[in-house]
Amino acid sequence: MIEDIELETLINDIYEYYGFDFGSYSRASLKRRVNRIYQLEGFKNFYEFLSKVRYDPEYYKNMIDEITVNVTEMFRDPAFYKAVRNEILPQLAPKPFIRLWHAGCSSGEEVYSMAIMLKEAGLLHKSIIYATDINSKVLETAKKGIFPLRMMKEYSENYRDSGGQEDFSKYYIANYGIAKFNEELAEKMVFSQHNLVSDNSFNEFDFILCRNVLIYFDNDLQKRVINLFDESLSILGFLALGTKETIKYSISTTKYKQLEKEKIWRKIK
Amino acid sequence: MAEDKINPKCKVVIVGGSAGSLNALMQILPELYVLNAFALVIVLHRRGTDDMTLEELIKIKTEVPVKIIEDKEPLVPGFLYVAPSNYHLLFEKGETMSLDTSEKVNYSRPSIDVSFESAAEIYGDSLVAILLSGSNADGTEGLKTIQNAGGIIIVQDPQSADMPFMPNNAIRHTTPDFILNTDEILKFIISVNS
Repeated sequence: MIEDIELETLINDIYEYYGFDFGSYSRASLKRRVNRIYQLEGFKNFYEFLSKVRYDPEYYKNMIDEITVNVTEMFRDPAFYKAVRNEILPQLAPKPFIRLWHAGCSSGEEVYSMAIMLKEAGLLHKSIIYATDINSKVLETAKKGIFPLRMMKEYSENYRDSGGQEDFSKYYIANYGIAKFNEELAEKMVFSQHNLVSDNSFNEFDFILCRNVLIYFDNDLQKRVINLFDESLSILGFLALGTKETIKYSISTTKYKQLEKEKIWRKIK
Repeated sequence: MAEDKINPKCKVVIVGGSAGSLNALMQILPELYVLNAFALVIVLHRRGTDDMTLEELIKIKTEVPVKIIEDKEPLVPGFLYVAPSNYHLLFEKGETMSLDTSEKVNYSRPSIDVSFESAAEIYGDSLVAILLSGSNADGTEGLKTIQNAGGIIIVQDPQSADMPFMPNNAIRHTTPDFILNTDEILKFIISVNS
């Protein structure tokens, strides 16, 4: 395992050379991911690794893509999607226009899940989903809406567990090991790069989803991001986090009312 | 049993297990009433979907207060913690835990190796690790790391395990401080820090 001081040097170098700030990332996970890359490439010593990062921007870029966790799935935590389907969407339905922001959308599986639910609720035509991530590579995948075909069995089970009643396979075309999702679903998606560490609010939303992103941040950065969401959320808008994430260490909970069991909060003032 | 090797400054006892380990825990936990100034952390392989049932089951079976782990949960002596399904459980400086959804390790999330290695890094020689029954090789690498960092490693006696593969694999590739059956594991946990 790399030493703490080595990790801190890398964090400083990345900030100095590229302006990206990992200083507020949770150390345990970051260290594991950096260590993995370091071991993988067979560097002679940490200094060699550091100079590669400093002087090879292409290598740096790939490294960032490797460090950031991009594990996701469609209808991840079906109970969460069921709550969105049954309790959140009906409350958004009367609005003339519905703005959603999926922050840290990774390769887009959850964005397509949301589009499917909006479609089934008859709301997709009047919705717009902003989907952002810091990783440009995963956004390219997300834009294409192409996911591995071998995952579809699990995804269709998740879909059913979330209350979906259609034949899931109608949403994609299977071809040579890939599933290409219908373009109609992507029509209301806008993908762009956005860094929660340093970028600001860019719009006002009715529903913000940021699932399993805050776990990689320390408490200070979590506060910053929750406040960014707060600024970006309309009154009576909804904020959804991952199943083990909470806003309670970050913002006055009198401003928000939590939906019974799920990690969904409504901004009440 | 070499009682003198029991660490007097133990902060965390971490238990890893897979198939058959719940059975072992169900024999140990009902006899456990209070923890002597250390936290007990349980990392079991579990189905991704059985969200709360493991915590609920454990709660019913022990007098020790059980805490549900959320991100950045403080690790407090006297409490029992259960790693949530579908996340790796990691340990941070400043006595908190964090979660990670990165790739499965040894086909598992939570992976025992990941939690053991992370705990070793933070707790070094104030850590005791116990590896229970299972039919997977997870845990062995983590035990090595814990031992190298000065912690005590215990493996369930394969003869007392429903699935002996995991303990056997650990015994083959490490030098456990103790190889104990469930009854002896219970006695050990009770004697920690006493």
